[in-house]
Amino acid sequence: MIKVKINGQEQSWDGDPSLSLLWYLRDELGLTGSKYGCGQALCGACTVMIDKEAARACITAVSDVAGREVTTIEGLHPTGDHPVQKAWRQVNVPQCGFCQAGQIMQAAALLNQNPKPSHDQIRDAMAGNICRCGCYQRIENAVHLASTGV
Amino acid sequence: MSIIANPEIAKPASRRGFEQHLKVENVSRRAILQTLGLAGGFVLAAPLLSRPAFAAYETGAGKMPHGTVVDPKIFVSIAPDGIVSILAHRSEMGTGVRTSLPLIVAEEMEADWSRVRVVQAPGDEVKFGNQDTDGSRSTRHYLLPMRQIGAMARAMLEAAAAKKLGVPASEVKAVNHEVVHSASGKRLGFGELAADAASQPVPAVDTIKLKSPRDFRYLGKGQVSIVDLHDITVGTAHYGADIRLPGMKYAVIARPPVTGGKVKSFDPAETLKVSGVEKVLEVKGWPWPSKFQPLGGVAVIARNTGAAIKGRDALKVEWDDGPNAAYDSVAYRAELEAAARQPGLVVRQEGDVEAALKSADKVITGEYYLPHFAHASMEPPVAVADVRGDKAEIWAPVQSPGGTREDVAKTLQIPIENVTVNVTLLGGGFGRKSKCDFALEAALLSKELGAPVKVQWTRDDDIQHDFLHTVSVERIEAGLDKSGKVVAWRHRSVAPTILSTFAAGADHAAPFELGMGLVDMPFEIANIQCENPAAKAMTRIGWFRSVSNIPRAFAVQSMMGEIAAATGRDQKDMLLELIGIPRIVKLASVKDLWNYGEPYESYPIDTGRLRRVVEFVAEKGNWGRKVDKGRGLGIAAHRSFVSYIATIVEVEVDDKGKLTVHQVDSAIDCGVFVNPERIQSQLEGAAIMGLSLAKYGEVSFKNGRVQQRNFDDHPVVRIDEAPLITNVHIVPADPDTPPSGVGEPGVPPFAPALANAIFAATGKRLRTLPIGKQLAI
Repeated sequence: MIKVKINGQEQSWDGDPSLSLLWYLRDELGLTGSKYGCGQALCGACTVMIDKEAARACITAVSDVAGREVTTIEGLHPTGDHPVQKAWRQVNVPQCGFCQAGQIMQAAALLNQNPKPSHDQIRDAMAGNICRCGCYQRIENAVHLASTGV
Repeated sequence: MSIIANPEIAKPASRRGFEQHLKVENVSRRAILQTLGLAGGFVLAAPLLSRPAFAAYETGAGKMPHGTVVDPKIFVSIAPDGIVSILAHRSEMGTGVRTSLPLIVAEEMEADWSRVRVVQAPGDEVKFGNQDTDGSRSTRHYLLPMRQIGAMARAMLEAAAAKKLGVPASEVKAVNHEVVHSASGKRLGFGELAADAASQPVPAVDTIKLKSPRDFRYLGKGQVSIVDLHDITVGTAHYGADIRLPGMKYAVIARPPVTGGKVKSFDPAETLKVSGVEKVLEVKGWPWPSKFQPLGGVAVIARNTGAAIKGRDALKVEWDDGPNAAYDSVAYRAELEAAARQPGLVVRQEGDVEAALKSADKVITGEYYLPHFAHASMEPPVAVADVRGDKAEIWAPVQSPGGTREDVAKTLQIPIENVTVNVTLLGGGFGRKSKCDFALEAALLSKELGAPVKVQWTRDDDIQHDFLHTVSVERIEAGLDKSGKVVAWRHRSVAPTILSTFAAGADHAAPFELGMGLVDMPFEIANIQCENPAAKAMTRIGWFRSVSNIPRAFAVQSMMGEIAAATGRDQKDMLLELIGIPRIVKLASVKDLWNYGEPYESYPIDTGRLRRVVEFVAEKGNWGRKVDKGRGLGIAAHRSFVSYIATIVEVEVDDKGKLTVHQVDSAIDCGVFVNPERIQSQLEGAAIMGLSLAKYGEVSFKNGRVQQRNFDDHPVVRIDEAPLITNVHIVPADPDTPPSGVGEPGVPPFAPALANAIFAATGKRLRTLPIGKQLAI
């Protein structure tokens, strides 16, 4: 039995310990905000925070997060008003929106570590998150806005 | 009490607890559900086809399957609390259409957008009209019908108010969610008028009065965000992958590695040992060419997707590779090149190109190669099906809900009325999701298992089994006279056709492919010949955002740059000279000018408009500015989806061949428009997609098998390679200019503008995409 805290709630899993955190979240817990895009940590659509650091849920086994704290997009802010979320709306970032949960989690993790990133630092930190619609200019602007106060 | 009755809104949302999981809807829908009693009576027996009796322009909408339905009783519903629900019958894949079409209705009916809820329509083209969300058609085909629907609803509300107040209808006016009688100062809200408005007759289309564009509050302003914005940012927006039903099984499928192949035998023993795996079964495939039918293979059914994937990894399958086992991209390119050097089927002919090339002072030849592209939408194909007896319900991110419904009915051999196709948000589409093979797979598996099933494609599946963008060689010979004027133009375009996915042996382009940048090429040249040599398809070819315009624009606009370079002229001046004087292009020799399905009278090839976007982007983007050493500017312009776009790219190539795009300026003339903010986002995205295709886009084959699998060997552009600045310039539209496409036209001019910029920076002419390592020194 693996115990893990997800968005502040204790969860326990007695299935395959090597099941990836992404499918555990999505299929077993119904937390579908984190998305599947590649399964190999290449696109960032599944990005969550593990103990405040960005991580790719798709290559993280449930056993890897035993006793740790996982935050998904659903748990980022109680009313969805994290500065990154507010900035995202203000800048009208999304097109299809599918990658945006991962983008937002990555950006929130960046601002945890570096509250005032430069444009180069933003582009560097966000380079693991693919947006096929091509919202990059707005992502960069939104992260910048979130860092300077929404 | 509900008013303008809407059977779709009135219908119970769905079966078996679906509502608990998926919020496609909102509070108002529930309110309407409670008042169903009145709803049914107002349904019209038959849809009204839009016959634009008074319309300022005609479109090809009526020629689409099931045409257009202009009926406020189908599209609009008003609850007693005043909440207006408007149906979105097209699919949202990132263009903003789920917002912009309802916004048009709201504008005309004077609804307050903050009190409007958007309800996604299921697939039912008899009721809603054509639902194929492709071809950059939604605004172009629906601006006028949606205005008419809104105006009809407004007239019904005004009539109801006039009756209630006992005044002539001419004395009342709908303003911001209420109807006002200014003489008495009385006001009635939409909610309190709802029931009475429902009993008013629907006015005939030729009696309604549309608002003057001067009075628009929303259209053309760009101040309305997409309706799903909040949900997207908090993770509650629901895509196909997010559907969960009680008792649902999770499936992944091992498909034949070669298109047209099939299962010879399989051994499920190791798979069945994987924790969470429940079953392994064969999925029926269709003979090649398989249209939109499943490819067949072996399905692994499990309690979650992770277990299904792990089970599939352990599966042993022997394949019969079938007729395409020899497909090899290197050899195939050589075949296309050989075909392009021989005369082919003539599809446009003006003057005598052979003689003109012979007598030309100089002939410049460019042979351009563009490989297969994969759509790689962030959400790979996925679908949920629940088939019980002779009834089927599907939840899927499909661009063609109507077509999906038809195909599910045919595949399961059940009546179409028994099939419900619920449209989720699409995590990107780009044409991939106009083919519903993944929904058919889910339907077949659900039928077999007697339980709801989700079929999830992995990224590997997506890249390995796509309906790929074609692969092409475009060969252009341009003959110049002594003064440097282009007097002859021969363009041979050779590429496997999309028709090959439907008809065995189809080896020449369809009119809709020829009409994307080949026969509709607008340059003013005395002798023009376009040819289409045969090409045999060896994989599934499908529509990819912008379709054949990508290779055609790359070739034509690169050749423009080549001629400019050879004659020492500025690219923009060269481009304008080739476009020639402002005129309506006449294409007498083209047998079937597709023109994107639009009547030529409404949507002619207007070189004045093409010139104007070139001049507009040159002015706004400061064409001709001095750039630093190692940098270059390139320009290209292209008409597609009956819109006009010109793009300028500023690029830097460093001494190691590293490419940096410093600035992109794109100008679009798409006629009268609805939401400029979404036009901007589409063109920003088109620059990224264009750059992805140019730098990396390639799917190649060896021994019939796709050589790429995921974003490591099939890279796409990331934020750290994105243009540093992308500016979008929208040509101010005359309100009488019919609306035209936005989703696709931004892509084609990007790659040639980039190639022309790279030439300006380095002197190196790129004729093969992707760029890959061609700039490495």
